[in-house]
Amino acid sequence: MDVELLTPTPETTEAPRPPSPSRDVAGFVVRRLLHLLGLLAGVALVGFVLMELSPVDPIDAYVGGDAVRLGEQQREAIAERWGLNDPPAERLAHWASNLVRGDLGTSTIFNAPVTQVMGQRFTASLALLATAWVLSGVIGFALGLVAAANHGRHLDRAIRWTAYTLASAPTFWVGLLLLTVFAVQLGWVPTSGATPIGMDPAQATLFQRLHHLILPALTLSIVGIAPVTLHTRTRALEVLGSEAVLFARAQGDSGWGLIRHRVMRNAAVPALMLQFASISELLGGSVLAEQVFNYPGLGQATVRAGVQGDVPLLLGIALFATVLVFVGNQVGDIAQRMVDPRVPVLGRRGRR
Amino acid sequence: MTVPTLVSPGHPDVTLHLPDRRRRALWTVSILLIVLAAVVVAGTLLADVAAKPDLLNRRQAPSLSHPFGTDWLGRDLLARTLVGLRLSLVVGTLAAAVSAVIALLLSIVAASLGRWADTAVGWLVDLFLAVPHLVLLILVAFAFGGGLTGVVVAVAVTHWPSLARLLRAEGRRVMEADYVHLSRNLGKSRWWIGRKHLLRHLLPQFTVGLVLLFPHAILHEAALSFLGFGLPPDSPAVGIILADAMRELSSGAWWLALLPGLALLAVVKAVDVLGDQVRALTDPRSVHE
Repeated sequence: MDVELLTPTPETTEAPRPPSPSRDVAGFVVRRLLHLLGLLAGVALVGFVLMELSPVDPIDAYVGGDAVRLGEQQREAIAERWGLNDPPAERLAHWASNLVRGDLGTSTIFNAPVTQVMGQRFTASLALLATAWVLSGVIGFALGLVAAANHGRHLDRAIRWTAYTLASAPTFWVGLLLLTVFAVQLGWVPTSGATPIGMDPAQATLFQRLHHLILPALTLSIVGIAPVTLHTRTRALEVLGSEAVLFARAQGDSGWGLIRHRVMRNAAVPALMLQFASISELLGGSVLAEQVFNYPGLGQATVRAGVQGDVPLLLGIALFATVLVFVGNQVGDIAQRMVDPRVPVLGRRGRR
Repeated sequence: MTVPTLVSPGHPDVTLHLPDRRRRALWTVSILLIVLAAVVVAGTLLADVAAKPDLLNRRQAPSLSHPFGTDWLGRDLLARTLVGLRLSLVVGTLAAAVSAVIALLLSIVAASLGRWADTAVGWLVDLFLAVPHLVLLILVAFAFGGGLTGVVVAVAVTHWPSLARLLRAEGRRVMEADYVHLSRNLGKSRWWIGRKHLLRHLLPQFTVGLVLLFPHAILHEAALSFLGFGLPPDSPAVGIILADAMRELSSGAWWLALLPGLALLAVVKAVDVLGDQVRALTDPRSVHE
C-alpha cells in the first residue's frame, strides 16, 4: 500500500518521450495536411452539389423585390456574367480550378471578391470569437473546479443544474434576455452593432469597441461553458479521489492549495481538448449571436448569404469554417499531448 | 405446502430495490410523454386562436386572459407558443428518427461490409463534422429552397454523425466478439450476423441516441426559423416568435421573448430528462440500483 501511495502522479512523471527528429515532424504535418485537403475537397464537392440542388434562382434572390421589373435581356446579361448558362460540370470544373488558385469568386450581395469580404468580416468576428472562447474556457473551468471542491453540497448542485440548463437553452434566446436586461432596461451597453451608430467604424475607440463587444461575447461564451464545467468537474472529482490526493491530504494539504497543486493541471486536460474541439460550435453560435446583436461579422454574413442566395460567399464560408475547425482540432490534439506526458507529442496514439 | 414467492430466500433485498429505479423511470417517462402529447394536442386545437389578430389588445402584458401576453398584432402569445412548440415537436420527432436511422444503417454497413466500408463511413462522419453544424444546416436548408421543407430536411439529415460514430465503435466491438467469429465459422451469412448479432446489440444505444438527438433537433429548428430560413414570417414557430420579439425589444415588452423561450427551454429539458430515463431503462445495470 505504501508503495502504491508513493507512486508519483502522472503530472510529476518525466515520461520518456521518444526522440522527435525533424523527419517525424514533417511526416506528421504532411499527414495532417493531406487529411485537411481531403476534407476540403469533400466539403467543396458536397457544397457545390447542394447549391446546384437549390431551387432558389440566384438572379431572383440577388435583385429581390425588383425581379418583376427586370427585363429578359438584363436577366440574360447577369446570367452570362455569372456563368449560369454553362452546364453544371463545366461550372464545377471552372469553380474548382479557380479555387485551387485561391480565387473563391465574387460575392453577389457585397459585389466584392469573396476572400476580401470574408477577410473583413472575419476580422470583426475574431475579437468576438476570441473573447467568447477565453470567457467560456475560464468560466467553465472555474465553475467545474468550484463544483468539484464542493462535491455534493448545494453549490455543486446549483452549478450542475445551471450547466445542464444552459446546455438546453437556445443561444439566441439567452442573447435576447441579456439584451432586454442590460441594454434596454438598464441601458449599460448599446443594443447593436460593433461601433456606435452613425460613426465611421474606423474612428471608433477601443473602449467603444469593447463596450459593444461585452454582451455578444458573453452570449456566445454561454454555448461553451456547460460542457467545460461538467467535464472539468468529473475529471477533478476523479483526481480528488486518487491516492495521490489522499497522500497530499495526509501531508496536510487542503483547500485551495490542494486544488491548485494537485488537481488543476490534471483537470485541465479535458477542458483544453473541449475548448479546441468547440471551435465548430463557437462558429455556429457566432452566427446566432451576431444576428441577435446585429454585429457585422462573418456569422451575420453567413445568414445574409443564405437568405439572399449568395452562393460563392456561402461556399467560401463553408470552406473557411472547415479550415478553422480542423486547425482547432489539431491544436487541441497537440496541446493535450503536451499537457499530458503520457501521450506522445508526435505519432499515433495507441488504440484502446 | 409453501406459498410460492418471487423472493429467493437468499436475497431478500432484491425485490425491495429492483422495482424502484425502473418504476420511477417508467413513471417519469409516462408523465413526460403525456405532457408533450398535451402540448401537441393543444397546439393543434389552438391553431385558429393563434392566428387571430386583435388590434385593440396589442402588446398586452401577461394577464389571466392572456397568460403570455399578446404580440404586436394582439395575437395571444400562449396560443402561438403552443402551436410553435407543436411544430418543434413534430419536426424534432421526424428529424431525430431520420437521423437515427441513417446512423444505424451506416454503422451496420461499416461493421458488416468490411474494412473498405468502415473507412468510407468514417470519412463521411468526419466530413459532416468538419463544417460547423449551423453552417451545414444553412447550406442544406438553402439547397431545398428554405421553407418548412428546407428546415425539416436540413435538421433531419445533419444530426446523425455523432450517433453514427458511437454506433460504429459499438458495432466494431460486437464484430470482434467470439460468438460472431463462431457464427462466421459456422457459415452464417453477413446478413444473418448483421440481423441477429449486430442489430440486436445496437438497438439499445440506437433508442437512447434517438431520444438524445431530439433536443438538438428542436433547438436547431428554432435557430433556423429564428434566422429566417424557415417558415413565412407570420407563421407561429418558436424561432419566428423570438425573431419578432427581437424586433420589438426596444418597446420594453419583455414577455415577448422571455415566456416563449422559457416554454421552449422547458420542452427541451423535458425531452432531455426523457432521454436519461430511457437510458436508465435500457441499461441492464439499472436493475440493481
